[in-house]
Amino acid sequence: MSMKNAVRDVFGGFWSLLVGLRITLGQFFKPIITVQYPRQTVKIPARFRGHIKLILDPESGLSRCTACNLCARACPSDCIVVEGAKKEGQKTKWVTDYHLDFTTCSLCGLCIEACPFDAIEFSKEYNTVARSRDDFNNMDLVARLAQEREVWAQNRPSQPPTPPASAPVTAVVAAAPAASAAPAAQPQPLEQKLTP
Amino acid sequence: MSAILDFLLGLAWPWTRLLLFLVGICAFVGLNAAYLVLAERKGAARFQRRPGPNEAGYAGWMQPFADGLKLLSKQVLIPPGTDALLYCVAPLMVMAPPLMCLAVVPFGESLVARNLDYGLLFVFSFGSINVMALMLGGWASRNKFSVISSARVVSQNVAYEIPMLLVVITLLMVAGTLDLNEVIRQQTGGFWQWNILRGIWDFRAGHIGANFLMPVTFIIFYTCMLAETNRAPFDMAEAESELVAGAFTEYGGMGFGVFFMAEYANIVLGCSLATILFLGGWQSPFPPVSFLAYFSGPLWGPIWFLAKMYCLVFSVIWVRWTFPRTQFYNLLNLSWKILIPISLFTLLLTGALMKLPLVWRHLF
Repeated sequence: MSMKNAVRDVFGGFWSLLVGLRITLGQFFKPIITVQYPRQTVKIPARFRGHIKLILDPESGLSRCTACNLCARACPSDCIVVEGAKKEGQKTKWVTDYHLDFTTCSLCGLCIEACPFDAIEFSKEYNTVARSRDDFNNMDLVARLAQEREVWAQNRPSQPPTPPASAPVTAVVAAAPAASAAPAAQPQPLEQKLTP
Repeated sequence: MSAILDFLLGLAWPWTRLLLFLVGICAFVGLNAAYLVLAERKGAARFQRRPGPNEAGYAGWMQPFADGLKLLSKQVLIPPGTDALLYCVAPLMVMAPPLMCLAVVPFGESLVARNLDYGLLFVFSFGSINVMALMLGGWASRNKFSVISSARVVSQNVAYEIPMLLVVITLLMVAGTLDLNEVIRQQTGGFWQWNILRGIWDFRAGHIGANFLMPVTFIIFYTCMLAETNRAPFDMAEAESELVAGAFTEYGGMGFGVFFMAEYANIVLGCSLATILFLGGWQSPFPPVSFLAYFSGPLWGPIWFLAKMYCLVFSVIWVRWTFPRTQFYNLLNLSWKILIPISLFTLLLTGALMKLPLVWRHLF
């Protein structure tokens, strides 16, 4: 009996080895799934939470924010400061300053839920590395939106780059030095200049 | 004038030939060792669905040079308290045997440095030095991991030398010669005449072969070859996750590099031997009839040989990246309880089957 078991052990063991070899060979011929990071990036999932950002309205190229302050009030960490101003000939206020203290933000998303105009969302920005804390504790979202608008304007050459109605926002754009086309790949020094 | 030239050429030719083969074998071993490291890493990567080294040169082809330069640029350090002479000699001793053995390996019918009548004996006598070198390296470096590893190496190699030699004796009984080129010549006439299949049924003679367990014998040989070259899953000598780097723990720079290269040189040698003994060496897998005879010329010989050998080398890499390292007592159990009894049985079987036609003729 034990002889029988021993023989079965040997054959069973050998068979299991062959099964293992077949499995690894199957993997050998499957495509490579490595993403070569600095050159390639994975697609960021839709529910990824980066820092919040102002949404660029694809029609007008402007923010939909009316500086109603609901987000700042909803924020449990008190990390949002919104300033708005009325433009000439318009009834509503318009955002002029949107500052986020990302060092205290917990990415809870209450501001996004609170926004009645769908003006803010989580960005897909994950390369948030900087040498100094100052790059995060006063992020100027309006300036970031201005950078994004430059890209947007380049992709729509038929349209005027900035509609004349957005006078206060254009001022910010003009003040900002020509930033790199990548929308804030890393916190740019221009935000520090613009902080009030 | 011409006679004198002929005489001088005749005098010089054996030496020139020797020199050419020395250089050729050194280059072959060096390039193999360098590029098999890359193949190993690439293979490991593919088995894990990674691209592997791909930064140095196109698709990582310069990686061996980068590694070599890095190793060469390191200081040669002899740790205090070591046996300096043995410590320095060990890497040379581990590299020398495969270089020596490849001198008798026929890559083609006439492409062999020195075709010895007792080539197989030569290979095995020099091949066994490998153990000694590893043991000395581990022992001389005065490190407890190295000493443990040395002890493991010795017991492992002793355990696996036995079934390997038994298997080789089986083949010797079939072949009746120690001349490697002659062993290959016997396997002519299509892949079914290779020893691995001819053992089951000898088609040319039209009767049962010398040993119908020949595929099993091949697997035993292959397993022993893995164990003798200290390859995963039998890499007790290195066992990087348990013994740091085993016998090579105290080695750095090119000393370590030579050990590393010797491992691959030994793999090449082991796979060459398996090719010669079981897979027909430089014989074409097609029988030399009609247009298929074209594939068995002196030009095709080395191609077939290298193709078979590198298939085996690939399988060695494949095995490494499939199986985890065995435990040490399982390793010894496998040898003493399974491989040695089976190889003894095949030895007896071969003897019996070889005498069977004789008995048959006497009876009827």
